[in-house]
This record gives sequence, structure tokens and C-alpha cells, in this order.
Amino acid sequence: MALTEQEILAGLGKIVNEITGIPAVEVTPEKSFVDDLDIDSLSMVEIAVAAQDEFGVEIPDDQLKHLKTVKDVINFIQA
Amino acid sequence: MSKDRVVVVTGIGATTPVGGDAASTWSALLDGRSGVRTITEDWIDSVPVKFAGLSAVDPGDVLPRPEARRLDRAEQFALIAAREAWQDAGKPEVEPTRLGVAVGSGIGGITTILAAYDVFKEKGWNRLSPFTVPMLMPNGSAGWISIEIGAQAGTHSPVSACATGAEGIAYGVQMIKDGRADVVVAGGTEAAIHPLNIGSFAAMRAMSTRNDEPARASRPFDKGRDGFVLGEGAGIVVLESEEHARARGAKIYAVAAGAGYSSDAHHIAQPEPSGAGIQSAMRRALESAGLTGADIVHVNAHATSTPAGDVVETIAIKEAVGTHPLVTSTKSMTGHLLGGAGGIESVFTILALTERIVPPTINLDDLDDGIDVDIVRAEPRKLPGGQIAAVNNSFGFGGHNVAVAFTSV
Repeated sequence: MALTEQEILAGLGKIVNEITGIPAVEVTPEKSFVDDLDIDSLSMVEIAVAAQDEFGVEIPDDQLKHLKTVKDVINFIQA
Repeated sequence: MSKDRVVVVTGIGATTPVGGDAASTWSALLDGRSGVRTITEDWIDSVPVKFAGLSAVDPGDVLPRPEARRLDRAEQFALIAAREAWQDAGKPEVEPTRLGVAVGSGIGGITTILAAYDVFKEKGWNRLSPFTVPMLMPNGSAGWISIEIGAQAGTHSPVSACATGAEGIAYGVQMIKDGRADVVVAGGTEAAIHPLNIGSFAAMRAMSTRNDEPARASRPFDKGRDGFVLGEGAGIVVLESEEHARARGAKIYAVAAGAGYSSDAHHIAQPEPSGAGIQSAMRRALESAGLTGADIVHVNAHATSTPAGDVVETIAIKEAVGTHPLVTSTKSMTGHLLGGAGGIESVFTILALTERIVPPTINLDDLDDGIDVDIVRAEPRKLPGGQIAAVNNSFGFGGHNVAVAFTSV
């Protein structure tokens, strides 16, 4: 019972909002965390930690740096 | 730069067990209201002390959630009080390289440390917040404040247990006197109401265990006192060279006239019984401020309600200043904010001069033997008109004694 893209997106939106205050609706698949959402590297680690807890996946550091957009994270969690 | 630059106070901020800002705190103190109450956390059965001076306003209700989650509670208090003080000072426009910070905490981010260690043990290192280190470091509050206001003259965090807040203010005054800065945000913060701290202070037999009457537990100078009451919060002031303040037409509360330090070199946690170190600190503060004992009309005492400390301090006040000042211990209402104490109590000393009134020491039913100074009991008492001066005393485990002298404008 893999999560759908919509379910992951909703979960990510909640996490990003909790950590950065950015409204969840602004967290859309094409957005880049750094360039579009203005999220710094420490916040990105916070988001990854929260996403690991929420979705039960491990995101190794060498993978995290390749996850540039919201869609990248969704793909990683679905994979 | 001239060494005799005059330093004034142009902004105050506080979040305490009796009020979420300086004004509400001050009004509660004049009303003699205690901020000490029963703790309802589920860990309370594990410790022998069931009450504390919990902050009147929870910082989580003030700060946006994304900001609050990356700040230790002590940092939250410090930022709230610093923002209030900065706003109160009129958000002075100052060259960043002439703007400093001197804000410390006695214990630092201890609740962060303990919670993070639980995460570490239960889930592993990679579940730790990347903000764990900036949250636990005792200079975190000063760092966050410096970022907030853009202070580049230097950011400092004295750590001297319960003298920390006063030492921060004393350091800030010196920064300006030395010509290193024109404006300094200074004070102290603490958030240590955690079962480990309560257990540890209780292990020293330092805390009141008056569990059936929390609001009456902090009773400095009273014969029935049985220890201090832990409090939490922060007190911050904006210090400014008089020249800078006058040039921008700032409201001036008081002159931060000078400070004195000494150390007991006696015992790591007990006061030196003759009070010689306290006397030295007070005398040095007077000398630094160009004052004599006769000028001092009020002392905000450190007096924490421990059996060992309160009487010794009154003897030292008598020796160094005289029996004439109106002495009070506002810890009777706020509890003891440790590193935050000197911050909030300097704010109270400044307000006492500005408003010309001294808040009472509550719960003082039966004055202890050997106290010859004039303690303000039950009701506030008025200070005289004209040029007046006051001293805030703060002492810390480790033998630190700090006295800060303020004068009316």
C-alpha cells in the first residue's frame, strides 16, 4: 500500500509548514527547496528528519543533497 | 574614546513568572502578587519540590511555531524580552559595528540537552535536530539577539550562575564606557524548570519544600524561610551612551552608573559567612559609579530565601552602604530566575528609580534576627525626589558577586 503522490505531498506540506512557516499550499512538486522556498541547509536536514519519521524511510546524507525539488523527495519516498 | 562616557538605559524588557512583559510584571510586583504555583507536569511525583515560578506567559504562545522550534526555551525568553526592550528603546538606528550584545544564561539549554539525549538513545543520532547545538549552547540567546538586531561590535555571554544577568549588564556598561560600542543589549535568561534541575538543587538541600503553600514558599529575610524557589524568564535592557541617546532624543530611564565585582574564593556553593565579598562588590560598584553609600536609597537584594544567604547580605549592605536604603527582594514574588535574576532585577531597580517606588518583599511575616537594614515589607514604599541612586545585587554559585549601580536621570 504505497502512498500516492498526493498523500506524500500533503504530508510534506505539513512538515515544511511546521518547520519553516511556509504555507503548505505553496509546497508544490516543481518547487525547489533552496531556490523557490528559500529553505536553508539546516532546515532541509530538519525536513529530512521529519520526513523519515513520517514516511518511515531512511534518507542518507549522500542522497539528501540530490533532493532539490519537492518532486525529488516524493520520488525518493515512493521508490 | 573617553573613558568617562556616561551610559544610560533607554529600553527595558522582561518576561517573568508574574508578567509577560516589563509593565505587567512591574504592576504585579507593586501589587505584591506571587508568580509561584504548583507544577502539573507528569514528572512532578519524581521530585520533592512540587512548585516553581513558571512563566506567566508561555513563550510558545508568543513566538511563531517555526521560530520557537529551533530555540531553546531560555533563548525564547531572551528573544521575547530583547524584542520588547529594543522596541521600547525606539529601535535605535546605530552603526552595526557600534552595536553589541551581552546576554547570558546560568545553565544554558539544559532542557534541550536532556530531550535531545532521549532522542539520541531512542532513535539514533540522525533523528537529532540540526539545531540541537545552537539550542544547547549558553551563548545561543546572545547569538540570536545579535542576528535579530544586526549587532557587530561583539556578542558576549557571561556565565556566572545566578550572577549571570547582572554580569551581562555590567559587561555591557563597560563595553560602552570603553568606547567599544554605542548601544548594547544586555541581560540574562533562564529556563531550567526540569525535574533533573529540581532534583539536583533539592540534592543540595537548597530549595524550599513548602509544597502546601507555593505562593508563600519564597520568603526572603523571614525566619521561616527554607530555601529558594526556582523561576524562569528573562530580563533585558538597552544600554546606550548618553551622547548617542540624547542625539536621537531617546527616552532615558536611568543612568547605568557603574558596576563592581568580587569573588569569595571560599566555597563552590555556600556564601562566605562574613559577607566580605558582597561588601567588596558593592563598594567597587559605588566607586565605579562615583557614588557614596549616602547616595544609595534602594537596594534590590539578591536574597533568595535560603537560610544561609539572606542575613549575610543585609549585614554586607549595612557595612558597605548603611542601614538607610530601602531593601527588597523581588524573588519573594518571582522566585529565583538563576541567570535571569540579575536581568529582571536590574529592570526592577531601574523602574524603582524611574517610578520612585520600591516593590515589597512579600511573605515576610517574622523578620530574622540580625537584620538591621530597612526592608520593604507588605506594601510598596516611595523613594524621595531629587537625584537618587540604587544598587542591584546578584551572587552566584562559584562565589561570584556582582553589584550594578543605577542613578536617576
